[in-house]
Amino acid sequence: MAITLTEAAAARVQKFIANRGKGVGLRLGVKTTGCSGMAYTLEFSDEIQPEDLVFENHGVKVLIDPKSLSYLEGTELDYTREGLNEGFKFNNPNVKDECGCGESFTV
Amino acid sequence: MALLQISEPGQSAAPHQHRLAVGIDLGTTNSLVATVRSGLSIVLHDDEGRVLLPSVVHYLADGSTEVGYAAQAQQSHDPHNTIVSAKRFMGRGVHDIPDIAHYPYRFIDAPGMLQLNTVAGIKSPVEVSAEILKSLKLRAEKSLGGMLSGAVITVPAYFDDAQRQATKDAAKLAGINVLRLLNEPTAAAVAYGLDNASEGVFVIYDLGGGTFDISILRLSRGVFEVLATNGDSALGGDDFDRRVFCWILEQAKLPPIGPEDTRLLLTRAREAKELLTDHAEIHITCALSSGHLVDLMLTDQVFTEITGHLVTKTLAPTRKALRDAKIGIENIQGVVMVGGATRMPQIQQAVARFFGQEPLTNLDPDKVVALGAAIQANMLAGNRNDDELLLLDVTPLSLGIETMGGLTERIIPRNSTLPVARAQDFTTFRDGQTAMSLHVVQGERDLVSDCRSLASFELRGIPPMAAGAARIRVTFQVDADGLLSVKAFEQTSGAEANIVVKPSYGLDDDEIANMLQAGFAHASDDKEARALAEARVDAERLLEAIAVALKQDGSTLLSTEEQQLLETKMNALRNLLASSDARRITIDTETLNHASEAFAARRMDASVRKALTGHTLDNLKV
Repeated sequence: MAITLTEAAAARVQKFIANRGKGVGLRLGVKTTGCSGMAYTLEFSDEIQPEDLVFENHGVKVLIDPKSLSYLEGTELDYTREGLNEGFKFNNPNVKDECGCGESFTV
Repeated sequence: MALLQISEPGQSAAPHQHRLAVGIDLGTTNSLVATVRSGLSIVLHDDEGRVLLPSVVHYLADGSTEVGYAAQAQQSHDPHNTIVSAKRFMGRGVHDIPDIAHYPYRFIDAPGMLQLNTVAGIKSPVEVSAEILKSLKLRAEKSLGGMLSGAVITVPAYFDDAQRQATKDAAKLAGINVLRLLNEPTAAAVAYGLDNASEGVFVIYDLGGGTFDISILRLSRGVFEVLATNGDSALGGDDFDRRVFCWILEQAKLPPIGPEDTRLLLTRAREAKELLTDHAEIHITCALSSGHLVDLMLTDQVFTEITGHLVTKTLAPTRKALRDAKIGIENIQGVVMVGGATRMPQIQQAVARFFGQEPLTNLDPDKVVALGAAIQANMLAGNRNDDELLLLDVTPLSLGIETMGGLTERIIPRNSTLPVARAQDFTTFRDGQTAMSLHVVQGERDLVSDCRSLASFELRGIPPMAAGAARIRVTFQVDADGLLSVKAFEQTSGAEANIVVKPSYGLDDDEIANMLQAGFAHASDDKEARALAEARVDAERLLEAIAVALKQDGSTLLSTEEQQLLETKMNALRNLLASSDARRITIDTETLNHASEAFAARRMDASVRKALTGHTLDNLKV
């Protein structure tokens, strides 16, 4: 199993990193807050940590720590547009339940 | 599912805690809103993909408003109630507007700030601007998927306290939390990342639709100082359109034309100007309502010739600003181009020749101010690392008080870095003087009568003493938005008086609260009106459907009594439509719908039977 990026998401990440001028990749993670258990985090990363697992998709390195991976195994990160809003979306097969807006979830 | 953006390392917000911040360029002609998404500053567009919002508000007789393109479309039909260029009136009285006779509005000279009499009642420029800001706020909240936590709004560098306060009040009325007001040229410099340079002197050349502004900024240790500003409040891209328009009239040898053809030709002129940005020559063709045909060719060379004097006209204020700033052309590190009109190649060439260097043009000149404001808003909302320097602004004009003889005593000199506090000691003029009147003024002139009066207040309770014995400390404080508070304190008795300078145009907090309240009251009216309209539409749709059905199948499927019963109920509902009771209309519609269910079921059965007649099971396969 792995973490994948859709082509649209990868293109966006590359654009944002290029604009930022630095960064080795995209860091995905989870943290325990939110109204429904866990919450996703999505950050630029400037260095790869020794414990990181690295998945490369369409030329973008996705970094994830092993603890977070157990919640995100098999997740596909997509970039979509909803009305005027646009952004990244986690398609996570581990999710059993999520809060109304989908920003936090339980497994 | 919520859509997420990429944060800086370690800056991921807790869920539902994203601090959504935007930058707003509240312009004279057009306004924009921008935000920082995944580290990239972008301008937000509306449902139809347009990024500019014309700064136009149309007031209707029922109290509702149209904003932007919809309002612009009404400009020629309803000029008195379609307010354009409200920014020019912000914090201004009737006597402050030199060309007031040219506006089609019914002005009212109110103390401090003029007001406009519209079909929807008397509106202040603050309320007009608030409508524009509300529209941008709505767009931002739809685009970002949440409530805004705050905004940075840009204002011209030459805006005085009254104009800045009016802008803040408009934001408050629109329900926007203002993180900071930012000078437009400073925002443009930020968009180009000039604040990352260590120091230097930069020129911002801003040629908009109807105004020209030149600003000279000095950056030192992360602080932008406005060294000088100048400009022409009646020069912009529109003048180039008008020049082409006149050229068309001359070339096509047209007789005097009506307003409709004038509008058509002005539109063609603007299109021609825009096309000449990347074409060497273009055709102007159109048929006028008078029957005349226009078919002309305009080359960029001719265009440059006929508009050359307009380009030259921008250079005089530029020279003057450089002289005021005491800066030579050789000391300019960079020239930033702002405003849609700077897309014209001959302007870029003229600026390049004047400064001896290529101006910065790689950002969209319409968007650059909003983009810079968004970067600043993102920083102020705390979405960036703390170690980044926060950009600072300065006071645009000196602040002081009136002393004996009508002279200005400067307390905070212009270009002081904000926030700033300065104090100065004053004393009494006469023996036994127990009160002192303080007149706060803004400006660079020595005579109070040449400066702008901001506020007056009185310090009472000074113990009677010999002239010159009292020690009165006057403290001026300007916060990060450039707003001033003044305190006077008599040191022997502890007598104290202070004032926050804002009511220089007569809008106090209560009035703003009242206007907000009125907005809320209106919101509930709007909601009721909408409910009623929806109930009526639903009822009419049902009545229509039953009427058609009765006509077709009434006599075959229903008994006479059943038909009569339905018709009675329908008539009752029809009569109710004239009332404004949305709840009863909805209930009666529901009842009628229920009463007609049996009829609908019978019609369904009948049509199924009809469809099946004459078919065997074999040819019914689907």
